[in-house]
Amino acid sequence: MDEHFLLAVLTLDATLRVATPLILCAMAGLISERSGIIDISLEGKMLGAAFAAAAVAHVSGSEWVGLLAAVLTGAMLSLVHGFACITHNGSQVVSGVAVNILMSGLTVTLGIAWFAQGGQTPGLGEAERFRPLLWPGTEALREVPVLGTLYRELLSGHNLLVYVALAAVPLVWWGLYRTRFGLRLRAVGENPEAVDTAGISVAWLRYRAVLLAGLLAGIAGAYLSTAQNGAFVRDMTAGQGYIALAAMIFGKWRPVPALGACLLFGFLDALAVRLQGVALPGVGEIPVQFIQALPYVLTVVLLAGFMGRAVAPKAIGIPYVKER
Amino acid sequence: MSQAADVALLPPAIELVGIDKRFGAVHANRAVSLAVAAGTIHGIVGENGAGKSTLMNILHGFYQADAGEIRVDGTAIAVRSPEDAIRAGIDMVHQHFMLVSTFTVLENLVLGVKGGWRLAPALGRARRELLRLADEFGLEIDPDAVVGDLPVGPRQRVEILKALYRGARILILDEPTSVLTPAETARLFAVLRALKARGVTVVLITHKLREIMEITDTVSVMRQGAMVAHRVTAETDRESLAELMVGRKVPLGLDKQAARPGDVALAVRGLSVVDDLGVTRVDDVGFEVRAGEIVGIAGVSGNGQSELLAALAGMEPFPQGEVRFAGTVMTPALPGDPGDLRTRGLAHVPEDRLGDGVVGAFPAWENVILGYHDDPAYRRVVLIDRPAILADCAAKMAKYDVRPADPHLATHGFSGGNQQKLVIARELERAPSVLLVGQPTRGVDIGAIEFIHKTLLAMRDAGCAVLLVSVELEEIMALADRILVMFEGRIVGEVAGETADERTLGLLMANAAEGDGDGSR
Amino acid sequence: MARGEAAPAWVGHVLVPLVNLALAFLVSGLIVLAIGEDPLEAVVILVRGAVGFEEAIGYTLYYATNIMFAGLAVAVAFHAGLFNIGGEGQAYIGGLGVGVALLAFDAHLPLPILLLISILASAAFGAAWAWIPGYLQARRGSHVVITTIMFNFIAFALMNYLLVNVLIQPGQMSPQSREFEPVAWLPFAHEALGWFGIQVTRSPLNLSLLWALACCLLVWLLIWRTRWGYRIRVVGGNEPAARYAGIDPAKVVIATMCVSGALAGFVGLNEIMGVQHRLLLNFTAGYGFVGIAAALMGRNHPLGIILASLLFGALYQGGAELAFEMPRITRELVVVIQGLVILFSGALEHMLRPRIEAMFRRPAPAGGEG
Repeated sequence: MDEHFLLAVLTLDATLRVATPLILCAMAGLISERSGIIDISLEGKMLGAAFAAAAVAHVSGSEWVGLLAAVLTGAMLSLVHGFACITHNGSQVVSGVAVNILMSGLTVTLGIAWFAQGGQTPGLGEAERFRPLLWPGTEALREVPVLGTLYRELLSGHNLLVYVALAAVPLVWWGLYRTRFGLRLRAVGENPEAVDTAGISVAWLRYRAVLLAGLLAGIAGAYLSTAQNGAFVRDMTAGQGYIALAAMIFGKWRPVPALGACLLFGFLDALAVRLQGVALPGVGEIPVQFIQALPYVLTVVLLAGFMGRAVAPKAIGIPYVKER
Repeated sequence: MSQAADVALLPPAIELVGIDKRFGAVHANRAVSLAVAAGTIHGIVGENGAGKSTLMNILHGFYQADAGEIRVDGTAIAVRSPEDAIRAGIDMVHQHFMLVSTFTVLENLVLGVKGGWRLAPALGRARRELLRLADEFGLEIDPDAVVGDLPVGPRQRVEILKALYRGARILILDEPTSVLTPAETARLFAVLRALKARGVTVVLITHKLREIMEITDTVSVMRQGAMVAHRVTAETDRESLAELMVGRKVPLGLDKQAARPGDVALAVRGLSVVDDLGVTRVDDVGFEVRAGEIVGIAGVSGNGQSELLAALAGMEPFPQGEVRFAGTVMTPALPGDPGDLRTRGLAHVPEDRLGDGVVGAFPAWENVILGYHDDPAYRRVVLIDRPAILADCAAKMAKYDVRPADPHLATHGFSGGNQQKLVIARELERAPSVLLVGQPTRGVDIGAIEFIHKTLLAMRDAGCAVLLVSVELEEIMALADRILVMFEGRIVGEVAGETADERTLGLLMANAAEGDGDGSR
Repeated sequence: MARGEAAPAWVGHVLVPLVNLALAFLVSGLIVLAIGEDPLEAVVILVRGAVGFEEAIGYTLYYATNIMFAGLAVAVAFHAGLFNIGGEGQAYIGGLGVGVALLAFDAHLPLPILLLISILASAAFGAAWAWIPGYLQARRGSHVVITTIMFNFIAFALMNYLLVNVLIQPGQMSPQSREFEPVAWLPFAHEALGWFGIQVTRSPLNLSLLWALACCLLVWLLIWRTRWGYRIRVVGGNEPAARYAGIDPAKVVIATMCVSGALAGFVGLNEIMGVQHRLLLNFTAGYGFVGIAAALMGRNHPLGIILASLLFGALYQGGAELAFEMPRITRELVVVIQGLVILFSGALEHMLRPRIEAMFRRPAPAGGEG
């Protein structure tokens, strides 16, 4: 019983760690897409930011400077995306694909040129990474059954960026639904002309949205290379940007359901690791590939309308051009 | 005229001097000047495409003029964006409402207003102000209703409230009555009078002269981008305004022989159409069209005419009713296929030409086979027979005087009238037994209008059954042998073509027989 | 009035793509400079590495073959207004089809029959993998961009599972199938040319190149010379007009996705039957995405795609040489160039096009009033 409980808690703990970049990226995508700009470049932004964070943290010796570099990288790539699809009315999907491919090439190209380690960045020392934060009282509560374990394993002991990700969700929700900026942002994703004729700049609103998205995706990248891991490895995002995109759609472009989807997908990932080689009673061994594919399958099923309807913002993907 | 004497001493509320604007090769506004006295209602009339909307969009900062000056209360101001215009107290109710349909009335109201970053206090302020304005001007509305759920009339009220809430002293309305019933129009005019009484300057864009005579103090006429006349409304009349609009006598009396109706060519019984949202757009409609007659369908736009036409053309499945035509029956279980209907002799000139009738990016020759692309005459074995189609296109262009007669020119490069001639050539040259026509002269210049009207009459005389849908009453009255009036999806009356007059039709279109038709959909 | 002011066709079809390409190379050159190498020297090495000797040309054409298939796949979908990002997954599954077919029949049938079966199998499997997103777009309104992305990942998981658990050669550790019987190997170019007495150096280039060129011709005929292509272009150009014309957009969308998927599936033909001679993991190597770049650069026209494929094939081959000669530069530089090409000729196509075309505008043909 106790052992199972611990296993469950550890699985949830792993869930949270896996879900952190998903949450950050899903919130990033959500802000961008609610403003009407499709963001399939989460993957590329996260990858570029992860490289920047690890490289700069290594050179400067500070994870904070690394984080700053990651955020700036995310923002810069957002500006490229915005320049193409807001200023020049380019295809948002094509622009996103370009950023993704560009980053998958550039990170390795620069990594080898600068560090000559086959595309990796040098390993970061403990002092150059975001380390787990132990909450006060962890030791004192150690012996308390259930609560102590929960507190120790689940709540405490994560690095700062995990908490940032969790805080991002209510923050995004509040910003979107309780501020004037959020109202305008949602409006520009539904009917940009209404915003334009109200005397508000559509382009500037959307630029702010994609910049915020770049910032959050940048934090997600920094998490990968300077918190969860201690170096940048080529293609280390491994499709997580797309899973985050799927989670955002699965959450129907709303912050709290998107968080739920990220946790679900993170849980599936943690579960896949635990179930490897384990034969379940009655089912036998579940192929790990099946669980890995599940987030994508679930998202397709949802998009197909077999699990409720995911209604995208009305103006999404359409460049805003004044009629005529 | 004491009021007029008073305002003459003040500078005009708005003064436009030498406004010039081009969109590519289109000269939309040609050195337009205009002055509107404060606290008056000023009308701007002109045909579609005369440049009225462009001019007002420049005043509202949505477009920037290439040249010219805007003065408000005698002071020249720079209007580079709607923001500048709104700050100067100029606001506009667009023809297509600028509302976010997923938002509530209150949220739409707050959208364009500056203030603190938190939403709650702003919404509270807006709610109080909304109730006050609603009371003062007779603009009742539920602040918490989601705009997407509201009928057209109330939506327009939200637009006006939005402008007033932003502090508009000069209010521009672009074709505000095009989607309203007469009852709703009367209500709108009451609001406009209330605005005027409180010193708001109103500019009303319309092409309906009756409204100009009813509500405005002064009126300007635009034609082909230029301002051609300014008049005091009380000192002019509809006929002279009409003449100014078109610049020559309108050929109203077409040379039309009496119809010789033959057998029933198209029979519709109990037809209902429901849209994606589950709203019934066509409600239990039945009628017949005989060979050799033109049946006109009149009505304010948005009363189910478009959906009726789409259903008859086989483009829209319908849950109830049956349509008989050329030995075939369309029912909910056996929906029609536009391709099959065409081969049976049904031609369709769609309402929205660029939207439905052609592919804008295609060269003209490729659009000349649209819908008839499976015709074996257009191919050799499996490959498309380009020379044959090009020859066919050139022949049609010559016969229907399409200019320029270049089959390779991209279709969106032709003017509206020439695009329409291409579509009409394509649809009529196969001698159809039934012809569905929607808004045949929308966006078409005068010369082409006459040509199109004559062509339709010739089709009728050749024995074709023509169903004509138009929101232009004059067009319907000039062409139709029988007129059916649609209101909220139903056919509410039938009038013989020769006895029809605008008043009777107007009453039917408003469904005055059933009392108030105010937005109760 | 006629808005017929138009620039000569060569400006839009040739000059603008070249300028965008030049921009992509310019930025790439700056990156090379930043790395600390000489861009001009890099270009010399790259060109020599791509076309300087027989083997290099063979490799260049071999890469170009894959890119042509992938580029045609993107282009066909594009004409129906669809953005198929799933070429990668469709190619992967297409290869699965070839692999399964050859594993089943290679001991029993002669090469021509095996080739026919393989072409059909790669087309059928690739088409099937694209059919689902196509169907979901047409009938359920699920956006094809998102579903094809998802299907790439599902394809990876599926292939992983099949190769690790089902198709693996017994007694082997690495997840790959047994090698096909040599009769089932599509002849290499050096072999085929050898039949005619022409001796060339060995390279992976094989007869799939001819099939790729044939596909270019077939796609051109399909899109611009048949009524099926006409329907595809009507749906892509104006969907309501398609409905008006009695064309069922749903059917066209599904059929077009199938054609697109089949074309992508032929990447599997080249790789599995032509080069690897066994089924293995990750043989698609990103060609699905290079196809996007090739289609954008080639303006979705087969001729343009052939030229773009040759260019990218040369970059792939020359990039490998470059990485060898300049240790600070890696092959991934080619991926960077590819990303930049997509950026400049795809996402930023409206940046320069109107300005360049305006420079070459000629007066409108005499038009009617309006």
